[in-house]
Amino acid sequence: MSFLSEAFWVLLLGSLLGLELIGKVPPTLHTPLMSGANAISGITMIAALTLIIKAGDNLPLLVMGSVSLGFALFNVVGGFLVTDRMLAMFSRKSIRK
Amino acid sequence: MNFFEILKFSIDLLAVFLLALGIKGLSKVRSAREANRLAAIAMTLAAVGVFVESLGASGIPFNSWFWIIAGSIVGTFLGAVVAKKVSMTAMPETVALFNGCGGMSSLLVALAVAIFPLSSSEEALNMDLVEKISIVISVFVGSITFTGSIVAMAKLQGWLATPAWMQSKIRHFINIGLGVVSLVSISSLLSVSDSGLLLLVISSALLGVGVTLPIGGADMPVVISLLNSYSGVAAAAAGFVVGSQLLIVAGAMVGAAGLILTQVMCNGMNRSLVSVLFGGALGATVATDSSGSGEYLNITSCSAEECALTLEAAERVVIVPGYGLAVAQAQHTLREVTRALEGSGIEVTYAIHPVAGRMPGHMNVLLAEADVPYEQLKEMDVANPEFPATDVVLVLGANDVVNPQAKNDPSSPLYGMPVLDVQEARTVFVIKRGMSAGYSGIKNDLFDLANTSMVFGDAKKVLGDLLVELKELGISGKN
Repeated sequence: MSFLSEAFWVLLLGSLLGLELIGKVPPTLHTPLMSGANAISGITMIAALTLIIKAGDNLPLLVMGSVSLGFALFNVVGGFLVTDRMLAMFSRKSIRK
Repeated sequence: MNFFEILKFSIDLLAVFLLALGIKGLSKVRSAREANRLAAIAMTLAAVGVFVESLGASGIPFNSWFWIIAGSIVGTFLGAVVAKKVSMTAMPETVALFNGCGGMSSLLVALAVAIFPLSSSEEALNMDLVEKISIVISVFVGSITFTGSIVAMAKLQGWLATPAWMQSKIRHFINIGLGVVSLVSISSLLSVSDSGLLLLVISSALLGVGVTLPIGGADMPVVISLLNSYSGVAAAAAGFVVGSQLLIVAGAMVGAAGLILTQVMCNGMNRSLVSVLFGGALGATVATDSSGSGEYLNITSCSAEECALTLEAAERVVIVPGYGLAVAQAQHTLREVTRALEGSGIEVTYAIHPVAGRMPGHMNVLLAEADVPYEQLKEMDVANPEFPATDVVLVLGANDVVNPQAKNDPSSPLYGMPVLDVQEARTVFVIKRGMSAGYSGIKNDLFDLANTSMVFGDAKKVLGDLLVELKELGISGKN
């Protein structure tokens, strides 16, 4: 009961926080924000890591965990880098003026 | 709680705090880049937390290290390469690809736990209903996210066209059928253990394809944003599966934030989420309804040379870039033209409609890439009052966002959509490949107005011609 009830509170509060965080976004930032939020959704890498660590000697489980980790990190690393590339273009302009 | 557990707990709290700050900061221009780094740091911390916890518990076996490192190297390397190589115009499909892989990751975790229960940990020995439900949600949402994103990417890349039967009503029956099959397999998974898993994977994967395939290219960003929100949900479900509160809170945050962003995008395009998802291509239905009134009566077309002459005589020029400019990848040529104009003392600004480009905000990124100063980009609310004092407006590959029908004609499907009032300017040049209708399939009244001239051709080519003509007039780009 304890983990579960806590988990549902966490779920509820996390969702409410997410709804509040993005209130007014200037249209300029829609694309970078989408890409950044997308990188964060690769947080499943935590699940993949946990899976591999708990897998023990179960080879299929290790392989699936590893592949899952690869997919997640592809999402995370690629997402953050590409967002940074986009945002770098904005900041470069405002400094140079 | 031992030391490691306390440490892991603190790391998790810090990671969530930084993630929230990151998402918040990403919605402001000034702080966006730092916020993105902050979020990246938070993710690293989250990973560190997992290692700390397991070091404190039973340690990490050598076997696990091997598979962790293998997966990390491949994923990180490929992600970095794609992020560096991809062109700015290809941003929508890149986000779709990344997103699909995130969904795939959640799907694999849930599948792995479903097939090989983590028998080493005692609490997982007897899989309870909640765990089953979270696995089912993770599999269902993960599959839809994966196939949906991949289809979205393929369509945006032009690798995949929508087959005609998918545009018809049949697709609703097919999708409902797939939904029913998914529900059946879910209920069998929940009641009778270990049956229906494969069926669920297949039916939800097909459902992802079936829902995404009929959606038109311009609506795709909304779908990607929605799928992004789904992958947050899938992550939160995976959090329930492996018992990680960090994962639950982060997944919930991204899921909710993605939903808001989707809504914001829909508002900018004057579309409801329901019509994007179930209405199919708006163009297909509207064009057949109102094709009778789609005749143009008073079209003036002119050459690049005439356009250049008018531009030379102007004092204030406003550029309205749109989807067509992004597709033609003409942002750099455009920048050369505007440099030439600025060089001879003409004031140039850009009026950016909220949904200009291939996805909302995309045009700002493209113009920034072409070195357009940020201060010259005017958002719609700022740009509109300035049109009456503008000599020349260049509309480049934009259509529906400059259609005066949205303001004047209550019977028009566009009515109520925020548009740029370019017709208020003295002269309007519309650079366009032909007279075809825009994404909405609706006739653009702007083209019929007396102060509008059409310059036919591919945006990049016309801009190139324009540059040559301007140089002949003695206006050069050296400034």
